[in-house]
Amino acid sequence: MSPRGEVLASARDVWKSFDAGRITVLQGADIEVRAGEIVALWGSSGSGKSTLLHLLGGLDVPDRGELAVCGLNPQIEADRLTLRRQHLGFVFQLHNLIPDLTVRENIRVPALATGRPVGETEERVRALATKVGLGHRLDHRIQDLSGGERQRTAICRALLNAPRLLLADEPTGSLDEKTGGTVFALLKQLAEEEHIAVLLATHERRFAEECHRILQVRDGRLSEV
Amino acid sequence: MRLLSLVFLNLRRHRLRAMIGVAGISFGVAAMLTILAIVTGAIGMFERILSSDSHYLVFERNVSDLFFSSVTSAQVAAIRAQPEVAEAHPMLFGIVSSPGHPVITCFGIEAGDPRLKRADWRAGSRSDFGARKGEIFLGARAAEFLGAKAGETIEIGRGTFKVGGILRNENGFEDGGVFLPLAEAQDFFHRGDAASVVAVTLRERSRGPEFKRAIESAHPGIIGLENREFSQSYNSFKILNFTAWAVGICSFFLGGLGVANTMLLSVFGRIREIAVLRVCGFSERQVAALIVGEAAAIALAGLVVGFALGLTGLAILEHTPQFQGYVQATIPPLVVLGIIATALVTAAAGAVYPARFAARIQPAEALRYE
Repeated sequence: MSPRGEVLASARDVWKSFDAGRITVLQGADIEVRAGEIVALWGSSGSGKSTLLHLLGGLDVPDRGELAVCGLNPQIEADRLTLRRQHLGFVFQLHNLIPDLTVRENIRVPALATGRPVGETEERVRALATKVGLGHRLDHRIQDLSGGERQRTAICRALLNAPRLLLADEPTGSLDEKTGGTVFALLKQLAEEEHIAVLLATHERRFAEECHRILQVRDGRLSEV
Repeated sequence: MRLLSLVFLNLRRHRLRAMIGVAGISFGVAAMLTILAIVTGAIGMFERILSSDSHYLVFERNVSDLFFSSVTSAQVAAIRAQPEVAEAHPMLFGIVSSPGHPVITCFGIEAGDPRLKRADWRAGSRSDFGARKGEIFLGARAAEFLGAKAGETIEIGRGTFKVGGILRNENGFEDGGVFLPLAEAQDFFHRGDAASVVAVTLRERSRGPEFKRAIESAHPGIIGLENREFSQSYNSFKILNFTAWAVGICSFFLGGLGVANTMLLSVFGRIREIAVLRVCGFSERQVAALIVGEAAAIALAGLVVGFALGLTGLAILEHTPQFQGYVQATIPPLVVLGIIATALVTAAAGAVYPARFAARIQPAEALRYE
């Protein structure tokens, strides 16, 4: 059952097209994500799940429509920075970690943008790494990790600044079934422990069914399942 | 871990690229340092030859080079007759050659010339100078490279001379040169009774303007300049200085292109990574600062390596016998500051486009195609 907290993110009649309007991906999409919720955006590849996450995260701008995240407008640069530094965390299908850096250094990256004190950051890094079972791997380089470990590192990085909303774009998409299941369970567990809302884009029904709500993305529109 | 540490981490991760950038800058620094130090040192040595503790230099007006200047013995006498003048020492410059040594500077001077007094006589003595006809006196380094000893006969130009003495001089040009009594030099170079310059010491330095006015109005063909004034206005010095700075700055452009290339490659190879930094909350300014910081670190490392290389190169040149002691590097603070400023400006200029490009990377665009 879905918790009924305050609305953290909303999209109203959002449209987005690519290739000079030739490919329309979102056609009047509407969504609301409340505090503490884990919402699945479920749909086939290319249905517009990632695009909606990018718009909510301020990584892209819609052709039209209204967006609001944590009371801020992700289309405004200053708001975007505040969102990314304080309120949002991102996890991608590919971990998008920085090669050659260690697990510790990768998890710390968001703290560099905010200038968070080193000691405090280090404490948080340790705590998160321990929670995801990477406490003993902190000084290992990314190249030395398995796919699942890399994705767990990426989750820690996304959670470092204690965001209120986590945008997860197919976080299990590049993992095998078993590892994917482990990573999803971990993500869900952390979200609940840290009271973080999650908007999860996935094409796998089994993960969508474990979320509080499922929104199916089809033909650029969203419908509750 | 602050932004600076990410700068160093990135340089460490892309060490080969960073090292190429450092090599480019250090090449520029070393080249500029070497060229400027040699030219500044050479100008300094030449200035000291000319001034020789004097206050004024008198030479022919409007000559392009002092080697072509003629101050007649009558004019020298008139200078000496001026009440402001304590001493006046004429000197004739010439270039001679000997087998295996195409360029040897020759100085025609009088026996009372202060440089003979100052010199450390290795063979013979000052009283021998001009005492016997057909004798020349060698700077210690000239004696070395000519393989000549006092009393031996050597061939200089079309003449054969006996070595009357050998004198050690601090000035590289003088130490690598040949001294002749003025009258013999005038005869040897077919210059009649002319000297190239006259170094004038005044009784009171403050009376310089009076001396200058008197001598220039009585002899419109000659000009008197204070030593400092001369150094600043002498065309050959200006050309040398300009050339040195121009060559040095050109070599820096190469280094700058190296940095630009390194940084561009670095940015192009990290588009996705930079997009992730933006997603993690880095502002456009922070991304640009990261790239500029990497370029600045490359420039600083290049400066350190370049100065080390340049100083080592200069030390080797100074002790290379083939240079006959003509290399006496001088590194004034202005040159050091100029090199540092050029290196930093070049690196910054090389980083502008990559930094701008990096700051404008659109995260969604960069991350879309996974």
